[in-house]
Amino acid sequence: MEQANYHLHVNNVSKSFPGVKVLDNVSFTLKKGEVRAFLGENGAGKSTLMKILMGMYTPDSGEILFEGKPIHFTNPKQALDNGISMIHQELNPIPDMSVADNVFLNRETRIPGTPFRDKRDVERRTQALLDQFKMNINPKSLVRSLTIAQTQMIEIIKAVSCNARLVIMDEPTSSLDGDETEKLFSIIKELKKRDVAVIYITHRLEEIYRVADSVTILCDGRITGNAGINDLTEDQIIARMVGRELAELYPKVDANIGEVVLEVKGLTKPGVFEDVNFQLRKGEMLGFAGLVGAGRSEIMRAVFGLDWFESGEIFIEGKKTIIKNAEAAINNGIAMLPEDRKDWGLIGCRSILENASLASLRRYRRAFLDKKMERDEVIACVKSLTLKYTDINNNVFSLSGGNQQKVVLGKWLLTNPRILIVDEPTRGVDVGAKAEIHKILSTLASKGMAIIIISSDMPEIIGMCDRILVVSSGRITREVHRDEIIRKEVTQENILESALKEVAV
Amino acid sequence: MTANVTKSGVRIGSAYTSWTDLFQKYGIFIILVGMIVIMSMTNETFRTSSNVINVVNQVAVNGIIALFITLVIITGGIDLSVGSSIACGSVMLGYVLTLNPSAGTIPLACIAAIVFCGLAGVFNGIFIARFRMTPFVVTLASQMMLRGVAYIISGGRTFTFNTPAFRTIGQGKVFGVIPVPILVLLGTIVIAYILLHMTRFGRHIYAVGGNERAAEASGVNVTRVKLAVYTLMGVFAGVSSIVLTSRVYAGQPSIAEAYEFDAIAATIIGGTSVNGGIGSIPRTIVGIIIFGIINNGMNLYGVNTYYQRVVKGLIILGAVLLDTYMRREKK
Repeated sequence: MEQANYHLHVNNVSKSFPGVKVLDNVSFTLKKGEVRAFLGENGAGKSTLMKILMGMYTPDSGEILFEGKPIHFTNPKQALDNGISMIHQELNPIPDMSVADNVFLNRETRIPGTPFRDKRDVERRTQALLDQFKMNINPKSLVRSLTIAQTQMIEIIKAVSCNARLVIMDEPTSSLDGDETEKLFSIIKELKKRDVAVIYITHRLEEIYRVADSVTILCDGRITGNAGINDLTEDQIIARMVGRELAELYPKVDANIGEVVLEVKGLTKPGVFEDVNFQLRKGEMLGFAGLVGAGRSEIMRAVFGLDWFESGEIFIEGKKTIIKNAEAAINNGIAMLPEDRKDWGLIGCRSILENASLASLRRYRRAFLDKKMERDEVIACVKSLTLKYTDINNNVFSLSGGNQQKVVLGKWLLTNPRILIVDEPTRGVDVGAKAEIHKILSTLASKGMAIIIISSDMPEIIGMCDRILVVSSGRITREVHRDEIIRKEVTQENILESALKEVAV
Repeated sequence: MTANVTKSGVRIGSAYTSWTDLFQKYGIFIILVGMIVIMSMTNETFRTSSNVINVVNQVAVNGIIALFITLVIITGGIDLSVGSSIACGSVMLGYVLTLNPSAGTIPLACIAAIVFCGLAGVFNGIFIARFRMTPFVVTLASQMMLRGVAYIISGGRTFTFNTPAFRTIGQGKVFGVIPVPILVLLGTIVIAYILLHMTRFGRHIYAVGGNERAAEASGVNVTRVKLAVYTLMGVFAGVSSIVLTSRVYAGQPSIAEAYEFDAIAATIIGGTSVNGGIGSIPRTIVGIIIFGIINNGMNLYGVNTYYQRVVKGLIILGAVLLDTYMRREKK
């Protein structure tokens, strides 16, 4: 093989973390100006691989050649200096600095002969870059005033201005709308023209056929596909991503669906969600599908008492109930596993035990806290969730993502809820734990718990739910029943279409 | 290619613990024991029982404050108004005991001081908890305001007492040996320990400081927890104002200037994180005693008071540096 032809050559790279092999003999190549889509479920090893390319991790074995030279970066700065740049999913510009200052951060030019930075020069150079990519952004405006899409474009410009020859994009379209996505695609084409290679990580299959030249699929740390974009069909790609039977990943247990436990009528918060009506029954798993930012999480946060709403009513078991905060929600038998585990779910500096018991402490209250009872109940609960831990007093962040999620789930189950709301329950969780979490939820429903699942993972919603509500721009636009899915009358694409449809107001 | 990095460590029970973990957990206790051993060996006066009692007696006022400022800091807050609050308590005592200097007035005077300081705490709490203002800013403002109030109530003068029984709280001894302030300190330790380590409220304090949003989403009433913590801080500032005022036997508006900083220092030496969520009462007790021994040791060795300040500052820097370093290495 003539290695010189390849821009990037990753050869048999392996990486292990204590107890898990994250990457197992991974190899792929990338030509100049090639756009390669990277697919794989959460936990498949994509981000570890990218972190290796960026010098944040060192591989245990294997070699990486970039522009013909072996690379051994030890930090992202070295990667940047050598022409590899990454656009992270969560962008981190400095919001109160101008576009130009952000692009040239740390590379400011000085007014010749003085120690002062040359603001005009930096702005002029940024304007030139913006013009080349046909972006209509003022280099003087503050980054705070930009949309997420514009901020992302600024990051791409910054990469180009650093003379990047390889740009890694981590789920760049996850928070973009249709037009913005188009704009991004045209920018990627522009990058191709300049011989810049792009690694494009995404979960959206429909995108890759439009933007990528080739595709690499990772599953459980191994490459399960390396092909030109037209050599694999969508179904083949999914099969290689999942690497197991779908039935195993979505173990839906039949449940007896009973009486209505939660009813929401006319819930409205102007600009966020409007006139939301739904019922949830005992033993039912109700899915909320839709795009990120459609208002699904916001609706549930309002129901749970975390956010205010302007009008509407909530009935629990037929009784009109006012839920003014999370404490009231818990007392009414509602639990909510939040979307963002780190921000809203866990107390990072405290133990597994303290996190798991936080919402149910009242139960262990005698004169003082009955710590033995607390410990016994927590251990019994996390064991039933097959939590893998060494010591219940260890820091909760010492656990893997899937196990952290089980701790949050355990916290809520200890409150004995009748209604369980889970918001993106398997985001950032590996495939094995994902299947386990699905199994737990399914079992809970079969025992009569009413469950609401918010998820952007379509197969998850389709595989698990008895009924699906599609939310678009803050309104429920469609209702799908399980038998429609089983009869294949409704597919993932149908639901996505409804989610994308503009609401006619 | 790269071999797994193995760290040296020890086996405790069934769990394997690295030296850094061990030091992180018990380091401060080891340092305290080391200090006591070295001081006892090198200085005869240090190990006398009267000096030991003296050290504890000296730290009583600072200790009472530090115990409750620990609770405040664990919620991720700070209280800079404690010293000023104590001054208000002191002049309240002076005011009431000047009106009626009989021994029977003492309980009323003490209640007046505690209630006043408690209300100062409620004041801080409302702005911090209800209006979500930064604790640093709120208590900086109340530090100035309360100091002013103390001068206004007293008219700038010092209240001299004529109630000899009042001396007992600060200067009396039980069984002729144990100073009363030590008993007050012990009582405060018990209360603080129970609140932080044995109740639901204590867990909520950790949760609020560790991650306020997650605490709220778990049903913790963040506003109530913060309000309670600042109120408690005020109440115990009142308690310490009684001990201090009795000890100096005068109600002074200028008293306890910057006392909060010694208390914060003792708390930090004990390993309480100023980022919130981490800390404990036993650790703060160790911090208080270490602080006391440093003061006592430097006095015994005749270190100039100017240098004493420099040394104390260096010790705080060292303690926090060590803590930061330990945490970083764990990553």
